[in-house]
Amino acid sequence: MHGRPDRISSAESELRFTGISASAGYAHGPLFRFEAPSAKYVTSASPAIETETLKAAIAKATERLAELVASAAGEAADMLEFQLAMLADDSLSNPALAAIEQGAAADEAWSDALANEIAGYEASEDDYFRARAADLKDIRQQVLDALTSSDSVSAPPGAILTGSDIAPTRFLATDWTQGGGIALSAGSSASHVAMLARSRGVPMVVGLGPLPDQDGIALLDAEHGTLLLGAAGDSVELFQSSAEAFIGRRRKAQDYLRKPAVTASGTPVRVQVNIADPADVDSIDIATCDGVGLMRTEFLFGKPGGLPDEDTQYRAYRKVLEWADGKPVTIRTVDAGGDKPVPGFTVDEGNPFLGLRGIRLSLARPDIFRIQIRALLRAAARGNLKVMFPMIAVPEEYERATALFAEEARALTAAGIAHKQPPLGIMVEVPSAAIAPELFAKAAFFSIGSNDLTQYVMAAARDNAAVAALNSVTNPAVLRLIEAVATFGREHSIPVSLCGDAGGNPASIPYLLKAGLRDLSVVPAQLALAKAAIAEAEA
Amino acid sequence: MSATASAKVEITHAVGLHARPSVKFTKLAKTFPATIEMALAEDGPWIDAKSIVKVMAAKAPKGTVLHLRASGEGASDAVDALVALVTRDFDEAAEGDVHARTA
Repeated sequence: MHGRPDRISSAESELRFTGISASAGYAHGPLFRFEAPSAKYVTSASPAIETETLKAAIAKATERLAELVASAAGEAADMLEFQLAMLADDSLSNPALAAIEQGAAADEAWSDALANEIAGYEASEDDYFRARAADLKDIRQQVLDALTSSDSVSAPPGAILTGSDIAPTRFLATDWTQGGGIALSAGSSASHVAMLARSRGVPMVVGLGPLPDQDGIALLDAEHGTLLLGAAGDSVELFQSSAEAFIGRRRKAQDYLRKPAVTASGTPVRVQVNIADPADVDSIDIATCDGVGLMRTEFLFGKPGGLPDEDTQYRAYRKVLEWADGKPVTIRTVDAGGDKPVPGFTVDEGNPFLGLRGIRLSLARPDIFRIQIRALLRAAARGNLKVMFPMIAVPEEYERATALFAEEARALTAAGIAHKQPPLGIMVEVPSAAIAPELFAKAAFFSIGSNDLTQYVMAAARDNAAVAALNSVTNPAVLRLIEAVATFGREHSIPVSLCGDAGGNPASIPYLLKAGLRDLSVVPAQLALAKAAIAEAEA
Repeated sequence: MSATASAKVEITHAVGLHARPSVKFTKLAKTFPATIEMALAEDGPWIDAKSIVKVMAAKAPKGTVLHLRASGEGASDAVDALVALVTRDFDEAAEGDVHARTA
C-alpha cells in the first residue's frame, strides 16, 4: 500500500515516492501540507446554545459554499450544488440536533452524525457511491471549520498540495493558474477531486504512502505517478525534459484526432476504441477511430434486476454496431469474476484472479452463456461484428465455445431467426496462450489483453500501490511475449491487436509498435494522444 | 379528498441515481405540495423523495426499478413529472465509464 522511498545514488538527499497517476501532468513547486490541525471547539454545555451554534455553523458553511458555486462551472458547480443540497437537508442535521438534546457538544454531535452517513457510503460496492464519502467528509469539515472559526490557509501559487486525501472544496478554493499539483498518501482516482483535476488539467498522484514531514521543492510527475523530494542535477533535467515533452504532446494531439494514424516512418497503424457501455459511443465520432477493438459486456451483467435477457443484450450490441457504420466492432463475451463480481453468476473464491472467471465461468454456466451467444449471433446480422473470448488458457476452451456458437446458430436457423456467424477470436492474456500461440491457430484473431497479461506475467496487481511498479508492460519479459504473438500472427495470417491500457499510453506505444503490433485499441479519452504518440514513433 | 398516485420506472442513466440526478430529482419533488415517497422495492422501505440525504443513501444504480407514490394535492402530477425526469435520464448525457476496469 505504501510508496517506498528509494535512495538514488546521484543525489544523496533525493527521495522518490511511487503512487498511481490520477490526472496526468507535471508540477514543480513548494510542498504545502493542507491538513493542519484545526482549532479546538469549546462547548457551552447548554443544549440550547449548542443547537444555535451548530445551526449558525451550518449556515456559515452554506454561505461559503454558495460563494464557491458562484465562481464554479461545469462539473465543479454540480458537485458544489450537491454539497449545498445535502447541507440544506434537515435529514442531515436532525440526528446531530437530537444528540445535542441528549447533552452532546455541537462538534461531537455533528461529527458523529456525519460519521454514520460516511460509513454508509464507504460500505457501498459501487465505486461511484463510495467516492461520495469524500463529499460527506468535506461537508463535515466545512461545518467543523465554521464551528471553530478556523479559516483554512490557502496554498501559495504553484504549490504541490500534500496530505492523505483532499476535499473538493479545498481543490476549488485553490488557485491553479500558476500551476501546482496534488500528491496524496491515500486518495482515489475515482474521487470527485480526481475528476476535477483531470478536467482542469491539474497533475495529481494518489497512493504515495506515508510522506516525510518536510518542506522544500518537490517534483511531481503525474504522468508516471512519482513524487521527487530533494531532487538535484540529472533528476531535475530529466524531469524538465519529460514535462516539456508532455506539454508538447498534449498540444499536438488534438491535431491528430481526425487523421488516420501513421508512424514517423510512414507505417499505418489501426487505432480502435475500447468501450464499456453502449452509451459511451454517443460522445465518440466514428470518423476518429477504426472501429471498436473491445466492447465489454460486463455492464449488462452487474444490474440489480438480475442477469440480462437475450433482447436486452441484442439491443445493446446492435446499437454499437449501427453506430460503427460498417467498421468492425469486437465484442468480448462476459468477463465476470476476478475484480468484476456479478451476483447470481460469479462464485466467491479465495483467489478470484486465478479462479473461475472469463470463459471458464461462461463454460461452467452454459445456460447463461447460450443467451449471450444467441444475442451475439442475431446482432452479427446488423453490422461488422467480431466476437472474442476472455481468459482462454487451453485450446479446448476455444473449441467448446465455438461449438456452442455453432449449436445456437443451427437452432436459430431452424427457428427462422435472422443471424450470422461472426469471426471468433481469443484474448491473449493468460501467459499460456502468449507462450504457445500455435495451440490457438484456429482462432480468427488474437487480441492481447495487456492488463491481465502483465499482471499474470509479473505476478503484481496494478491497483496495489505497493507493487504497482512491478506491473509494467514494458518489462522485457512482457514485451517478448507480445512480440512473439505479433510475429506468430503475421506469419500465419492471424490478425493481432492489443486492447489493454498500454495501447493508449504514449510512453508504452513505441515499445508496442517495435514489438510488431499495428492495431491498438484505446480508451476514447486517449485516442488523440495515442495517435500523436504513433506519429512520433519510428516503426 | 386526498389524491394518491403511484408508478414505477427503471433508471437508465449510466451511473444511476447519483449526485447530480439526485439534486434534480429532489428539487423537482420539492416543487409539489404532495407527500412523495420512493422505494427500491414494492414493499419498501419508503423514503422521503424530497430529501437528498435519503435519496442518495438509497444508492440506486443504473437498472434499478424505482417505485414512487404520492398523496395529497397534485399527487399524480408529481409522480408523472418525476417518472418523466427519470425516463429522460435526468436531462443529461451519460457520463461514460467511471470505473477503471481491467481489460
